[in-house]
Amino acid sequence: MPEETKSSPPPSAGQPKVPAREPVAGAPPSAAAEKSPAGATSEKPAGAAKPAGPLAEPWTSPLVAKLKARYGSGVCEAASDRGQAYLVLDRSITHEILGILCEEEEFDYCVDITAVHYPKREKPFDLVWILYSFPRNERLRVKTMIAEQESFPSSTSLWSGTNWLEREVYDMFGIRFDGHPDLRRILLPEDWRGHPLRKDYGIIEQDQEWVEAHLGIESGQ
Amino acid sequence: MPDPTPYPSPLEQGEPDKTFLDSNELILNMGPQHPATHGVLRVILKLDGEKVLGAECVIGYLHRGVEKIGENRTYAMFNPYVDRMDYVAAVSNGLGYCETVEKLLAVEAPPRANYIRVILTELNRLASHMLWLGTHALDIGAMTPLFYTFRDREEILKIFEKYCGARLTTHAFRIGGCLYETYDGFERDVKKFVDGVPAKIDEYEELLTSNRIWVERTKNVGKLGAADCKALGVTGPVLRASGVQWDVRKALPYAAYPDFDFEIPVGANGDTYDRYIVRMQEMRQSLRILRQAVEGIPEGPIMAKVPKVIKPPAGEIYHSIEAPKGELGYFIVSDGSTQPYRVRVRPPSFVNLQALDVMVRGQLVADVIAVIGTLDIVLGEVDR
Repeated sequence: MPEETKSSPPPSAGQPKVPAREPVAGAPPSAAAEKSPAGATSEKPAGAAKPAGPLAEPWTSPLVAKLKARYGSGVCEAASDRGQAYLVLDRSITHEILGILCEEEEFDYCVDITAVHYPKREKPFDLVWILYSFPRNERLRVKTMIAEQESFPSSTSLWSGTNWLEREVYDMFGIRFDGHPDLRRILLPEDWRGHPLRKDYGIIEQDQEWVEAHLGIESGQ
Repeated sequence: MPDPTPYPSPLEQGEPDKTFLDSNELILNMGPQHPATHGVLRVILKLDGEKVLGAECVIGYLHRGVEKIGENRTYAMFNPYVDRMDYVAAVSNGLGYCETVEKLLAVEAPPRANYIRVILTELNRLASHMLWLGTHALDIGAMTPLFYTFRDREEILKIFEKYCGARLTTHAFRIGGCLYETYDGFERDVKKFVDGVPAKIDEYEELLTSNRIWVERTKNVGKLGAADCKALGVTGPVLRASGVQWDVRKALPYAAYPDFDFEIPVGANGDTYDRYIVRMQEMRQSLRILRQAVEGIPEGPIMAKVPKVIKPPAGEIYHSIEAPKGELGYFIVSDGSTQPYRVRVRPPSFVNLQALDVMVRGQLVADVIAVIGTLDIVLGEVDR
């Protein structure tokens, strides 16, 4: 049995468990790397040989220059981490820039949409789009931060395939997409309560009432 | 125990009775327990006589929370879980995951490990396509190919079993390379298999390619154009059958693929027949890769220098591979600890299944079976 499953307390419906590990937003990655949740055994010379500092370096390209000229400080960060380019954008302009990327910059394939939850941050969600351009053979990651209860404009008008991807983000994180044609849960039952990929949702937590009502058993565990 | 409340169906919303009377529409529920849905897929079909007006997929019956599990396991411990997504192509899942973590660690697998990886994933592509062909043909009414493909797939599973002890959920690779050296006679086994398969693919093609029933059931059925494919994010053989020559192995090469000479077969019409032809040609291309890989396999270590406790530096990575179904991607966020902060799987089956509604509109109800088959979905991966 894995350590972390044993140590996690049994989940109770009303009391969300706050996870211990979480990177602090804006802090240099090295600060997060110094934490050693695995205990003393992880202090090995092999670990020390790894680069501890941030690997991301500024990314410049005609696309970034164009966007910076047009939106100024709205383009919070344009960087390249381990050879992968990404943009961090202000929430207010993100949808517009996604439109530009899709229609003017030939990013004609939306590979994936997902979210990451950082519960201690002021704006706790990162929304992530992974885009690809067939003509340019280039991949680009676009990120923005959104607050709890905040919704985001749907991209279904740009790429119709984002329909299910946005539904999954809604299902797993509870982030709503405005203008989505059919925003319902996709993997979990429609009357399920809670959004499992949030960090305050425990690994063995479940909607007890739903399980009892629909499966006729006391617990799904 | 409280009374079980009825499961709210989307079709119960509105006024179904009125629709029935007004336009002769019929709602037909297909699955989740249906032999032609390849697992537990439920499709709600809106019909006008035999014509399909729309199809809505209800998925999630196999949802196991793979991404949540990933956040609660160490990097190495999560590795076997990914095999359980697309369980007919477990080797591809493992390759994608291991390579993504390697990128996060800035480690590269040694050349020999990369060759072993290519050999096993290409064998797995063949196994996956064979299983697809057998079941797809069975759905349409041709039973014989199933026995042929299962007979030949067995040879591949035997090689897997000899290599790592498992047939389906192989857990063949580790972060940094491969755990097992090839067994004595591995190259001989693969060579023998590769030499025997072309005649067997000919056999399948003899049964189907110009079979009149097969052609009638698949030509111009479930058409999907290139523009629709791109907008829907459809990848893999479905995209290529629409005439887009795009394959992750060529566009953004990984493992040892740059070393090999192979082609990307494409179709023209984007119908079920073209998708069949594309997959058959892909099998032949896989054999080409296998032949080159077995002959050129270098000597050397099979494991890179990877720390015992894997603690990648903080950061994010997205990496994808060409799985038999399409682009299989992993997006991993590391916070510098021993467990991933977030693991996201970009499943090709999930995204491809979305095209079902577009593909079956205006088709006959019997064609829905053909279209589900031609999409080549695995529900374990759709639902994760």
